[in-house]
Amino acid sequence: MLELLVGVCLLGAFVTFALPDEYASEAALGISLVPLAVSLYMYAVFDGVGNALLGGDPSFETQYAWLTLGRYDVTWHMGLDGISMPLVVLATLLTTLAILASWTPIDERQSQFYGLMLFMEASLVGVFGALDFLVWFVFWEAVLVPMYFLIGVWGGARRKYAAIKFFVYTNIASIVMFIGFFGLVFGLGDSIASLDLPAIAQALRAGELGGLGLLSASQVATLAFVAMFLGFAVKVPVVPFHTWLPDAHVEAPTPASVMLAGVLLKMGTYALLRYNFTMLPGIAQSLAVPIALLGVISIVYGALLALAQSDLKRIVAYSSVSSMGYVTLGLVAYTMYGTGGATFQMVAHGLISGLLFACVGVVYNTTHTRMVGDMSGLADRMPVTVGAFVAGGFAYMGLPLMAGFAGEFFVFVGTFGADFAGAPVFTSVGMFGIVIVAGYLLWSMQATLFGPFESATDYEVSPAAVHDVVPLLVLVVFIVALGTLPYDLAFDAILDATEPVLPTAGEVAATFGGGSP
Amino acid sequence: MITPEWAAAAPTLVLGVTALVLFAFDSIDPESSNNPVLAGIAVVGSLAAMGVSVAYLVAGVGDPAVELYGGQLVVDGMALFFQVIFTSVTALVALASYDYLEDMRHQAEYYILLLLAATGMSLMAAAGSLAVGFVALELASLPSYGLVAFLKQNRGSAEAGLKYFLIGALSSAVFAYGISLVYAVSGSLLIDAVAGSVRNAGQPGVLGVGVLMVLGGFAFKTASVPFHFWAPEAYEGAPAPISAFLSSASKAAGFALAFRVMTVAFPIEGVVGAVDWVLAVQVLAVVTMTLGNFAAATQENVKRMLAYSSVGHAGYVLIGLAALTGTGDGGLVLGAGMIHLLVYGFMNTGAFLFIALAEYWGVGRTFADYNGLARRAPLACVAMTVFMFSLAGLPVGGGFVSKYYLFAGAVNAGVWWLALVGAVNSALSLFYYSRVVKAMWIEEPAEGVDVSSYPSTLYAAVITAAVVTVVLLPALGLFSGFAFDAAAAVLF
Repeated sequence: MLELLVGVCLLGAFVTFALPDEYASEAALGISLVPLAVSLYMYAVFDGVGNALLGGDPSFETQYAWLTLGRYDVTWHMGLDGISMPLVVLATLLTTLAILASWTPIDERQSQFYGLMLFMEASLVGVFGALDFLVWFVFWEAVLVPMYFLIGVWGGARRKYAAIKFFVYTNIASIVMFIGFFGLVFGLGDSIASLDLPAIAQALRAGELGGLGLLSASQVATLAFVAMFLGFAVKVPVVPFHTWLPDAHVEAPTPASVMLAGVLLKMGTYALLRYNFTMLPGIAQSLAVPIALLGVISIVYGALLALAQSDLKRIVAYSSVSSMGYVTLGLVAYTMYGTGGATFQMVAHGLISGLLFACVGVVYNTTHTRMVGDMSGLADRMPVTVGAFVAGGFAYMGLPLMAGFAGEFFVFVGTFGADFAGAPVFTSVGMFGIVIVAGYLLWSMQATLFGPFESATDYEVSPAAVHDVVPLLVLVVFIVALGTLPYDLAFDAILDATEPVLPTAGEVAATFGGGSP
Repeated sequence: MITPEWAAAAPTLVLGVTALVLFAFDSIDPESSNNPVLAGIAVVGSLAAMGVSVAYLVAGVGDPAVELYGGQLVVDGMALFFQVIFTSVTALVALASYDYLEDMRHQAEYYILLLLAATGMSLMAAAGSLAVGFVALELASLPSYGLVAFLKQNRGSAEAGLKYFLIGALSSAVFAYGISLVYAVSGSLLIDAVAGSVRNAGQPGVLGVGVLMVLGGFAFKTASVPFHFWAPEAYEGAPAPISAFLSSASKAAGFALAFRVMTVAFPIEGVVGAVDWVLAVQVLAVVTMTLGNFAAATQENVKRMLAYSSVGHAGYVLIGLAALTGTGDGGLVLGAGMIHLLVYGFMNTGAFLFIALAEYWGVGRTFADYNGLARRAPLACVAMTVFMFSLAGLPVGGGFVSKYYLFAGAVNAGVWWLALVGAVNSALSLFYYSRVVKAMWIEEPAEGVDVSSYPSTLYAAVITAAVVTVVLLPALGLFSGFAFDAAAAVLF
């Protein structure tokens, strides 16, 4: 099934690329409905049990031999558990909606644009589905290529700078992470015979890691943890590794921003969960305080940066930094609700930030400005778009019965009861971030959407086309549904997959935890 | 095994016969303007040779090795694997040359020289003695000098040919002198026999100098430091299909001979008293990849950038020899070097053939001249993007997997620092490869470039190379077994 999903996206990418520009947008939408339907079908029949890396039984599992090098087998190993299944649905859903949202703004080289979007969808599904390191890494790197072009070709005025900055930052991060991970592989020595992630994760948690050269086993584990954390922190992004993000977001065309905030950032937190927090829980717990500190700094500093902006897109971009801070905080808590809530928050934030970027895009298409001071009173002219914008804003602030509330609530409950020193303090400071979020979102919505109509640009402001608002409404529906029935729709499956991540005392000791917390 | 035994040399024979057929055709009709026939004979001949070598490889003809003429020729898995590389590159180059040579004179000579050089390379891979190796190397080199200077009205081409010839002649002399010193110590020219007699030979100093001089000859042929400086000039001045041929096939031929001679004739545990050539190759590998990469990063001319990148890739392949430290499995790294040359044969040939396409269109030579090319020729630019990213080691082509093999093999052999230098260089190389991609896709088109025609055989060659490069990413696992087995068979 997963192969079918990846294959359809890849094939669709080539077909779209070869089509003339006139038909590309409709064709891409039609093609993207196939993977969406397939992923929803997979969601409906999903029967995965436990965590795919820790002895669980993932759904749609396939494994074929690919390469062999000496001791290490590389296999095409794919499968979905409760963590990756919602993210695959998120990726396919947002791709379809982003393609629809591109119909208005993308008016040149359409076939190339839509081809790249579908290519990116294939890579994203691969990232979330892969259960072998090399297969995962192939897809992880492959995501960079379409994003580089999407920003570089269709972006704003400083697009070349933003594209190369994105490419270089994330590529260097990948290499740091790669070296860190292979440190672990070599440290494991003869106890593993492949680059299979479940085998490696289980060997690490069983304490099979040995020393490497002059380094002791615990030093190898610590260095590898730090290298992988740095590598993934760029992608998340965690302050202070976030500087590529505002540039990339501001210059990227809106549909690319939707994908970047909605799915690409989740690759970072997903990888943090799969690698750092699943494989080396002991190290993660002994470094809990500095990691939680980075998470809280991201929350508060990201929110403060957002407060200082007047470009709507920058506001949403920096607020993503803030929201991803909750995920980091939830992951490091190592409680049922912390880890599960962080995973839930990934999905929730994917939908909400996708919605907000899409709204900003629709507003920009109509008014040709994104500056808060340049417009006001849009509510009279574009009621549906503004309604969706407000809904997205409230979801971000954590209005109950919307996905943002559930995600943040789970994270706070989980972190409050965490074991590491000062957990309640970190949680309280993090909660304060929501107040800032409410502040800047209310302020910017008040200034732009309500009051008497004014616009600094001379464009006719009228309700957006149907194909522009459909993605917004679909997202609002999903956000409300996920907020109303969080357990039934996702959280039960997530908890089933994240609970095995919580380490037993033996596993903490085996992975070099620093004794009592 | 195969009967009759001489049939084992069929890939070489087919290439040689094809050259003779072209000779005959040219002597019957010297002023022929029937170019499709010339190109067709060359393509069909090299494809036939490729088909035979692939069939032999799959059928296991080289296992156990077939020795011909008292061991002067050895057809084993390694020889056949390299013959697959040479013949496929030759086929691509011959195909692309049909359009590139449009309206030029002396086309028959061009194809004859191409096929003769390929014959020489094929012999180099199967050389069982140092003498045959030397003759084969000359057979591969002499036509190459002529091919580089083929555009004789063009100053750059003539100058490149002369420079290539002078440095080539010097390094041939060094190589021959090295062989004579080895002969003086061991009393034999057969590679197997040399191995037996160097173990407890007297005069370790003479042997050591001889081994280093032989190594120098290989450095010339593979464009490795310190005999690399002909490469940028020759590749830049030569017709672009010939640059593709030299930087892919000729480099692979140098490695074919180097792998066999260094591992079989001078086993490291046997000659370590005289010279530690593994250490020398380690130094060469690090210097070659670093220097090639940094020089490539400073170029403004795309062809020259590719020339230096080709030097850098010679450095990666040298890891195949440099990691034969005795720890770990030597067959893995040596096989990884062969696999990288196979992938490189497609991605680098494709990249130079794209340059041939650009020259055909009259596009300039600098990065800036490629601006906006993707708007005019999107398909070819997709192919070029695949080549660039695959050369840089991004997982869009087989280059990712072959580099993974090389670096993982080096770590396995205990020289993790060699893998680290390679990985860092590989990451840095993305900078200059992505400049081509950026120019083609992101920059605004330059004025005055007119892409009015789409030469069909050049296109076919470029697209074929791109498709093979991409397919090698998932499918390399199917072929890598041949290389690892062949390398292991040579080592033991």
